[in-house]
Amino acid sequence: MSAEADVVRRPSGPDSEPTPRKRVRLNEQLRTTGQVGVMIAPTTLWLFFLLVLPLIMMTLLSFRSGSFTAEDSAFTLSNYQRFLQDASFQRLMLRSLWVALLVALYSVVLAYPLAYYLAFRAKRRQNLLLTLLIIPAWTSFLLRVLAWRIILGSDGMLNSLLLLLGLTQETLPILLYSPTAVIVTLVYIWIPFAALPIYVNLQRIDLGLLEGAADLGATPIQAFMRITLPLSMPGIIAALLFVFIPTVGEYVTPALVGGPSGQLIGNIIWDQFARALNWPMGSVLSLMMLVLVLLPLLLTSRLVRLSGLLEG
Amino acid sequence: MQEKQRLLTPGAIYFWATVLFLYLPILLLVLFSLNDSVLLAFPLKGLTLHWYQELLEAGEMLQAAQNSLVVGVISSLIATAIGTMAAIAVTRLNFPGRDVFLSIAAVPMITPSIVLGVALLILFRQTINLPLSLGLITLSHVVISIPTTMLIVMARLAGFSKNLEEAAMDLGANYWVTLWRVILPLSLPALIAAFLTAFTASFDEYAMTTLITGTDVTLPVYLYSLLRFPRRLPVALSMGSVIIVASAILIVVAEWLRRVDFRGGAKEETA
Repeated sequence: MSAEADVVRRPSGPDSEPTPRKRVRLNEQLRTTGQVGVMIAPTTLWLFFLLVLPLIMMTLLSFRSGSFTAEDSAFTLSNYQRFLQDASFQRLMLRSLWVALLVALYSVVLAYPLAYYLAFRAKRRQNLLLTLLIIPAWTSFLLRVLAWRIILGSDGMLNSLLLLLGLTQETLPILLYSPTAVIVTLVYIWIPFAALPIYVNLQRIDLGLLEGAADLGATPIQAFMRITLPLSMPGIIAALLFVFIPTVGEYVTPALVGGPSGQLIGNIIWDQFARALNWPMGSVLSLMMLVLVLLPLLLTSRLVRLSGLLEG
Repeated sequence: MQEKQRLLTPGAIYFWATVLFLYLPILLLVLFSLNDSVLLAFPLKGLTLHWYQELLEAGEMLQAAQNSLVVGVISSLIATAIGTMAAIAVTRLNFPGRDVFLSIAAVPMITPSIVLGVALLILFRQTINLPLSLGLITLSHVVISIPTTMLIVMARLAGFSKNLEEAAMDLGANYWVTLWRVILPLSLPALIAAFLTAFTASFDEYAMTTLITGTDVTLPVYLYSLLRFPRRLPVALSMGSVIIVASAILIVVAEWLRRVDFRGGAKEETA
């Protein structure tokens, strides 16, 4: 505000004397700058100190040999070398990407008909049915994973139910502690999340296009393949990313239902910080994961603008 | 005739089957919190409120729940306040760097929680060596709620015209008075929805929180640690059932608030 007063009072040469009209505009601009400053300052501070700064510190730490003592602080590339040489890190990274891709594809395939039904067939009950889908999405993540651990466990609900119904004579050991258990649980968790961006996208489709296609003799399947599906592509991509990104970093679900063969890169990162106390190595792995997660985002950003994605 | 036929289309059958699939595991948790057995297996042994009685005496768990409530309320209040301010700036004022600001504000949404947790742990313990506390968890939860609160309020602001603000200004109100008397009251339903959404996210956050947890634990961190003690699981389920019912109510309220006055333009706001 004082800057504004300053400008107004500043003595100017006869040539540079602004016309009153210009001065008003300048004043307005400066006032708006002040308003913007006040309005975005708290969020900017928060994002800088608790998002940007921590990520910078993590990057710096990835170039050190140890976390705490002074002699550890020398610059080194050894953590990156280890990442490139250690096949087990790379295998886990690839497995995480693969599992995340599968989970994203399954979730979207299963969610698409839900979104389609909501957008085109639910009519007046749309809001009610949408809320019905959102409730499980917002029910505690941990509790829903826990539910699947209990359901799939060898002395758990599914087995005891199958035994009770006489459908099986012995306990099925394969259900829990496998990559399949991780995929099933995560797909279960993400279905409603995947349905939302697709639903929003489908709603924006002009129904006139579909009527036009029908008038011109297109079968419903043709109309779907040539109009609805292509037009809902941004929603599909947004949904894929919505599921893919958090799944790459998942470590809670693998820890609870994955067993040794179902571990993902998140579990190894967790180990580096909680057990092995190798924070620099953990930082390298976190950074690599972040890069691999953001890569598909950058690649698809031409198809779906970031702002559009976030609206879903 | 047609209305009746429509009820049993493949689409409807699929929808309801999936809804059943989504709710069944959650309902099983509630069911077993009422089952008179420490084993979580069929057949059911009978109805009991025993586990809920034990819950009332589970001091540590109640303390953790209280911690989560406090962290959730404070972090969501902060996130709603500062996210609303940022949302107003982004939608109503044009400024250089707006796109950069928006992109950075979206980062918490597109970063896996474990990366955020690890980076915050490094900042707190290695860079400035602070003792981990509920206070730091609260400050960190604000960051993960900034994108959601901003988006909910931005959607609301896009839903009503700038004319109202301009009219207020023309009538002599300065910017801050207009903000307080016109913009904020009009955005109120979105503010409450943003708060409830942020609170639910904070109350449930585990993956990031557990990395920066010291001696005082939040409820998800405590529940996770209980998994090592199978005999305590039914009590954990009773706590879980309380959370499930409470969060379902909160979500219904938040959803309803997000749609208030939007009936015509609800399409943009529903997600």
